[in-house]
Amino acid sequence: MTSPILKLIAQRVALGLLLLLAVSVLIFAGTQILPGDVAQSILGQSATPQALANLRAELGLNDPAYIRYFNWLGGIMTGDLGTALSSGQDIASSISGRLWNTLFLAFWAAAVSVPLAIGLGLLAVRYRNGWVDRLISGLALASTSFPEFFIGYLLVYFFAVKWQIFPGISTVYDGMPFLDRMQAIALPAAVLTLVVLAHMMRMTRAAILNVMQSAYIETAEMKGLSAIDVIRRHALPNAIAPIINVVMLNLAFLIVGVVVVEVIFVYPGMGQYLVDHVAKRDVPVVQAVGLIFAAVYIFLNIIADIGAILANPRLRHPK
Amino acid sequence: MSQELEFLSRHVAVGKLSRRDFLGRAAALGVSAAFANTLLGSAALAQGPVKGGILKAGMQGGEATNNLDPATFLSQVPFSFGKCWGEYLLALKPDGTIENRIAEEVNASADAKEWTFKIRDGVEFHNGKTVSAEDVLATLERHSNEESKSGALGIMKGIESMKVDGKNVVVTLTQPNADLPYLMTDYHLIVQPNGGKDDPTAGISAGPYKVTVNEPGVRAGGERFANYWMGDKVGHADQIEIIVINDATARTSALQGGQVHMINRVEPKIVDLVKRVPGVTIRNVSGPGHYVFIAHCNTAPFDNLDLRLALKYAMNREEMLDKILRGYGSVGNDFPINAAYPLYSNDIEQRAYDPDKAAFHFKKSGHDGAILLRTSDVAFPGAVDAAQLYQQSCAKAGITVEIKREPGDGYWSEVWNKQPFSTSYWGGRPTQDQMYSTAYLSTADWNDTRFLRPDFDKLIIAARGELDDTKRKAMYRDAAVMVRDEGGVILPMFNDFIDASSDKIGGWESHPSGEMMDGYALAKCWLAA
Repeated sequence: MTSPILKLIAQRVALGLLLLLAVSVLIFAGTQILPGDVAQSILGQSATPQALANLRAELGLNDPAYIRYFNWLGGIMTGDLGTALSSGQDIASSISGRLWNTLFLAFWAAAVSVPLAIGLGLLAVRYRNGWVDRLISGLALASTSFPEFFIGYLLVYFFAVKWQIFPGISTVYDGMPFLDRMQAIALPAAVLTLVVLAHMMRMTRAAILNVMQSAYIETAEMKGLSAIDVIRRHALPNAIAPIINVVMLNLAFLIVGVVVVEVIFVYPGMGQYLVDHVAKRDVPVVQAVGLIFAAVYIFLNIIADIGAILANPRLRHPK
Repeated sequence: MSQELEFLSRHVAVGKLSRRDFLGRAAALGVSAAFANTLLGSAALAQGPVKGGILKAGMQGGEATNNLDPATFLSQVPFSFGKCWGEYLLALKPDGTIENRIAEEVNASADAKEWTFKIRDGVEFHNGKTVSAEDVLATLERHSNEESKSGALGIMKGIESMKVDGKNVVVTLTQPNADLPYLMTDYHLIVQPNGGKDDPTAGISAGPYKVTVNEPGVRAGGERFANYWMGDKVGHADQIEIIVINDATARTSALQGGQVHMINRVEPKIVDLVKRVPGVTIRNVSGPGHYVFIAHCNTAPFDNLDLRLALKYAMNREEMLDKILRGYGSVGNDFPINAAYPLYSNDIEQRAYDPDKAAFHFKKSGHDGAILLRTSDVAFPGAVDAAQLYQQSCAKAGITVEIKREPGDGYWSEVWNKQPFSTSYWGGRPTQDQMYSTAYLSTADWNDTRFLRPDFDKLIIAARGELDDTKRKAMYRDAAVMVRDEGGVILPMFNDFIDASSDKIGGWESHPSGEMMDGYALAKCWLAA
């Protein structure tokens, strides 16, 4: 590995951190301009003025916004996300379990969907415009076109209620044996897989087909390589950048976009946690979750960028 | 034939015959699956409690923001879980009478102002400490403290002083109140060591189950408390678990798939579908909860009695019950009390839909033009549809109703109890006094119909101090007629609590005070086979 690559990577990471900082300002400002007063929403309508004043002082709401912002940021830097207003629980400790659950589900959904999508994409290119291609594309598009809750309910109906193979609700808890946990997440992971599959598959197919127009593919074909070898050795490596991009985008969706799936399957992840606290106007939690989601997005995008740079030598030397 | 079925069902109950075989034979005898299931259920009940197993409930009404402090209980899951791990001074029985729990005896002075609760000996907290009168006093103090955030604060307001006298806790009220024992059954008032003043969220009380799991918004669980004071009478399962399932479809499928044994809040529109599912029994019970259309008696045009009467006669109650609740409820009569309350009078004439009378009173009121009704999905399930039905039944009486659909967010802070004509619901209260004091006294914060009548206030306060039930009943009858004929509430229906359970459950008793046997389902039911 040469130093220009390291330098580029360092640049991307620094840029990512800067972006995260900007997002933190936006999140903080956004929650500040929300109508209503935090102290009022905690204490409710019957709050006495004195109680309001006490709570405002306790929460530091009398300080100017920028001081509160830096206090908040300082807390986050040291791993202190504050306490939830509604339940008084430490946010960091209640989030960590939830985040782990969400990542666990996302990991297994990705572990199934990414290889499957790329494999199917390659297959579709190999038999392009034939019935295999049409079947793959058709099924993938169909599964994407249905809303998540519909697929979820269908799977629940058949696999949980009718045949009773998998549980219809995915309550997981600490200390749950691994196999039980896998069984519990089978259905939500399947829904997520079906939802993200088509996007990645179609993108893989399109990116490779794009490359297939190139002259060097023709050369490879004329060398007498088999169709699969042409795709695998010559087309795929050159199409990897857009594929990584779309894979990362879908991974991000698997982590931050699974609210509906979590609600249907009663999965104790971040989405459900966020929904409960938004309903209660629990601003510190909403801020913390927002920041974590933003960090996930930025992190995965950096990975995509770096992946693309590594895959394509031309990107290492920007003009 | 029925004898044969009964014989077979007893065989199932003792495990000599499988459920599937039983249903097969029942079908062969020409009996519907639903009826066969009912038979099984009653056989299981007759067989007596079965010990052991893990009893699981899937419930709507739990959030990540919940905690174990009884003072903060607001939704269904903490409420039901509290009844498993918590113990109360007194409890409400299904027939509306009071059961003595930690209070062994309750005595009132002749004027119903001074109440003495004798604390039972030998009741043990989960931490091994014995429940003392001091703990009870501290509990009441914590919930009645002006700065307390307790949901029970409202009902503790009338207390002047409290003290411990040996084994007794003596409560003196500012005004007579014959209903104090009922108030003490409030689900917030879980007796905790030192009243929970040290650590309210520790989840320690003297109930049949000890808290083992508390993941707010996900699940809650307990294991049987070996030293429970009532021994084996309650708490049959080894473990209980509540899984929070807020999505209605997921809840139903979890019951069908056998992941939970009971669920709450079955939506009326799917009850008939759920009834057809083999192995599932619908448990509906009529309760004190009701849906209302509220008009402010002090705001034009609703300050006109004829207009209010016109609006009442223009309500088609049967249609509402049929279409919005699918029959799972009962018609209302424009006052907030039904048979779920002790001291209810069932001889008050039922008001019926009468477009002619409505038109007559509307004309007499002198009002013309449209009436603006504000509603929202959150007012009650089906509220917007109900508003539209009402619009149609009003139209037949020549009254134009305009519907304004408000966003659910902020409905309770901006519309209800603020705007002059809107839809809403009430969950009901344990006693008539509580219901009227909360929503119909002139001084009530939640007097959402602006019913400002000194004579009515006087009547309710007098009834509160009346220890003679016959006289008291007559007073409440007068109060009901007053609200019905002059108040601003149009009350088309009382809604049932609709739960569902698997037929593996034994010991289910309908309890009109709340869903899931008033929260006691997990503590009192057992797994039959």
